[in-house]
Amino acid sequence: MATIDAAPPVPRRRSVWSTVLRNPSVLFGGSIALFMLIIAILAPVLGTRDPAEINPSARNQKPGYTATVRDDEGKRVQVKYHLGTDSLGRDIYSRVIYGARVSLIVGITVAIIAVFIGLIIGMIAGYVRWLDGIIMRFMDGLMAIPEILLAIALVSLSRAGLPAVVIAIVIPQIPRVVRLVRSVVLSIREEPYVESAITVGTPTPTLLFRHVLPNTTAPLIVQGTFICASAILVEAILSFLGIGIPPEVPTWGNIMAEGRTYFRILPHNILYPGIALALAVLAINMLGDGLRDTLDPRFAKRF
Amino acid sequence: MQEVLTGATEPVLSVRNLTVRLPGGADRENAIQDISFDIGPREIVCIVGESGSGKSVTAQAVMGLLPKRDLVVTGGETLLQGEDTAKATIRRLRELRGTRMGMIFQEPMTALNPVQRVGQQIAEVLEIHTDLPAVEQRKRVLEIMRAVQLPDPDLMIDAYPHQLSGGQRQRIMIAAALILDPALLIADEPTTALDVTTQAQILRLIKEMQSRRNTGVMFITHDFGVVSEIADRVVVMQHGRVVEQGTRDEVLRRPREAYTKMLVAAVPSLVPPKRAPVEGKVALEAKHLSKVYGKRTFFNRKARIVKAAQDVNFQIRKGETLGIVGESGSGKTTVARCVARLIEPSDGEILIETVNVAHLPERDLRPYRRDIQIVFQDPYRSLNPRRTVGQSIIEGPINFGMTYEKAQEKARELMGLVGLSPDALDRYPHQFSGGQRQRICIARALAMGPTLLIADEAVSALDVSVQAQVLELLDNIRKQFDLAVLFITHDLRVAAQICDRIAVMKNGVVVEHGTTAEVFRNPQHEYTKALFDAAPGRDFGVQQSVA
Repeated sequence: MATIDAAPPVPRRRSVWSTVLRNPSVLFGGSIALFMLIIAILAPVLGTRDPAEINPSARNQKPGYTATVRDDEGKRVQVKYHLGTDSLGRDIYSRVIYGARVSLIVGITVAIIAVFIGLIIGMIAGYVRWLDGIIMRFMDGLMAIPEILLAIALVSLSRAGLPAVVIAIVIPQIPRVVRLVRSVVLSIREEPYVESAITVGTPTPTLLFRHVLPNTTAPLIVQGTFICASAILVEAILSFLGIGIPPEVPTWGNIMAEGRTYFRILPHNILYPGIALALAVLAINMLGDGLRDTLDPRFAKRF
Repeated sequence: MQEVLTGATEPVLSVRNLTVRLPGGADRENAIQDISFDIGPREIVCIVGESGSGKSVTAQAVMGLLPKRDLVVTGGETLLQGEDTAKATIRRLRELRGTRMGMIFQEPMTALNPVQRVGQQIAEVLEIHTDLPAVEQRKRVLEIMRAVQLPDPDLMIDAYPHQLSGGQRQRIMIAAALILDPALLIADEPTTALDVTTQAQILRLIKEMQSRRNTGVMFITHDFGVVSEIADRVVVMQHGRVVEQGTRDEVLRRPREAYTKMLVAAVPSLVPPKRAPVEGKVALEAKHLSKVYGKRTFFNRKARIVKAAQDVNFQIRKGETLGIVGESGSGKTTVARCVARLIEPSDGEILIETVNVAHLPERDLRPYRRDIQIVFQDPYRSLNPRRTVGQSIIEGPINFGMTYEKAQEKARELMGLVGLSPDALDRYPHQFSGGQRQRICIARALAMGPTLLIADEAVSALDVSVQAQVLELLDNIRKQFDLAVLFITHDLRVAAQICDRIAVMKNGVVVEHGTTAEVFRNPQHEYTKALFDAAPGRDFGVQQSVA
């Protein structure tokens, strides 16, 4: 029989990342998110004051207030409060900048943990037939409880603090990831190439990691960004309600909670952390939308 | 325009030097290039070609349905009763569609709106193009439904598409296409998705309707059986050009061009060649194999139970090919999947030598996995798109403890054996054509050193010339490795050529079982006879084998 050469390579598809980076939502949302990340990392450099420092003589001041304080060596220095001060005389500008750290840490860790746990449970649910029903009914039960309510209940079980908040936000997110992964696994396991792998005796764990797992990457990246945005929002809500991270830690929710009392007279206490929060959530959601449209057209317009 | 209609010899459709350009970056400049043909009233012209030959683009160009951005008519004209549809405005085209030209498609389920009653969908044509009152419309719809021989039109007019069978849906499409008596009917692979018995009925219907209504038909197909069944004239296309055209007998019996000769020769004959009985050892035996889907449980007491396979018995010897033939839903694929142990049979035994593997748990089954390998129908989904073909081929041997180097060496050897260059191992599946991918799947199966190879419709998705090559390859490896082959197909022509014995299945039951020659010469069961009668172009195959 004549040897047939492989067909000439199909005109190469543009690489995935260059398509992704051409998407305007990815570009816009991504650059704002990146900007926020840089602010969070550089907080000690950008912040003008220690965010926890209390200045009793400069309480409840409007943006732009300048005060004279003594520094560590006792010298008098002029200090400008760019965004004013709160009722304890703390610098709002520095607190908002440091707040970005907490928000992004919560958002990113929640996204990573929720995706990781959800991926494992979802793969088990999708592949082990008899466990599927049990796992999914449990997940349905979790989803029936409102996200915030569940988080509040979970936080109140332990001492308030960053780990408790992260866990409380992760748990309500897991069912969404599980559903997504399970649906991908269910459709991929019917693909002939997976069945071929079964007939050549590939052990189940290898089968899952080699042939099924790569198909979940794109939808999970997308889902991860949405979880990140949602986690930032939930963390702010918990802090605002006073049940999240301790009030002395500068988080956007804590700043807003603190400013609530006087917000009619001093709206900046709520306005600036609010803008930062809205911008962060919007940016990450836009990034997610853009990633979804480019990476995973199948899931477009489905959430 | 009226005077054109009356001229009986005037062609209904006249395609003149039509050229349609492909967007840049494609493998050729033009989708179709400089093609010309005529369709007269009451004439069926079949456009035949393999995939990518441009036959569907031709139909779209005539209908004015070309995707505006990508495909542009750059030359020539398509004269529908003297009027050029390629230059017509969108508005004029809308008027023409339905009144002067009707169209039916391959997939009747997707062509019909699932949430609208079928009667309404036929009436829509009347609504758009006529001022008939609703009562009159309904009368006309019932009339045409009766004409396309739908049972009980009074009831069916208010049915939804999912309540009808595939054949009935295609009849609805034909009714909608013909209700205003268009001069031209364009049928794009209208029977490809249907079973042979239904296909025969639809072909008969199209022929009857067009001769009664003087319709010219442009019939697009890849199936030479269908061509020989209904064509008056044939246009053969390849790479966007017309290779040959002429009357049916000219093209099918005395093809002039090499390409047409090759195509006609590649069509498997319905007459099985002589085969010596195979005397090898029994490689696999199935006893009372059954598979039942659905189970009544506490929560769902009325669950539907489907007996996909019932009491199936067969033996396959080494070096023998057993064909399982049947229409969709007959249970042939279920049997294949049970034997490959992709699903567990509900009942019965699958014996490899003396071991019953039918109910072994996965762990105990693993050593027997090497013995049974399967090649699937869809060459585009049988290989993991993210892995090189080499990785796919060596996966199995490495699972069973072969070293990477040895597996790689074996893969190179097998690539040569299936007719591919060993250097192509590090390419990805999308760089191969459908036929080449099917060869790779065969190589992957062979890498395991199986005793039984299951080919589940393995050549059904391939063009006829490629199909012939892959069939030849399958037959060669069967001889070379003394393989037992379980060949699942719906195509009687293919079965006739490759199988030693044939089992005919219907509704999960084997209705007839015998040597291929016996079954084809003297079918016993009513269903087998019906199946043979329905096979398109019966005489085509016979003549060919005589010639």
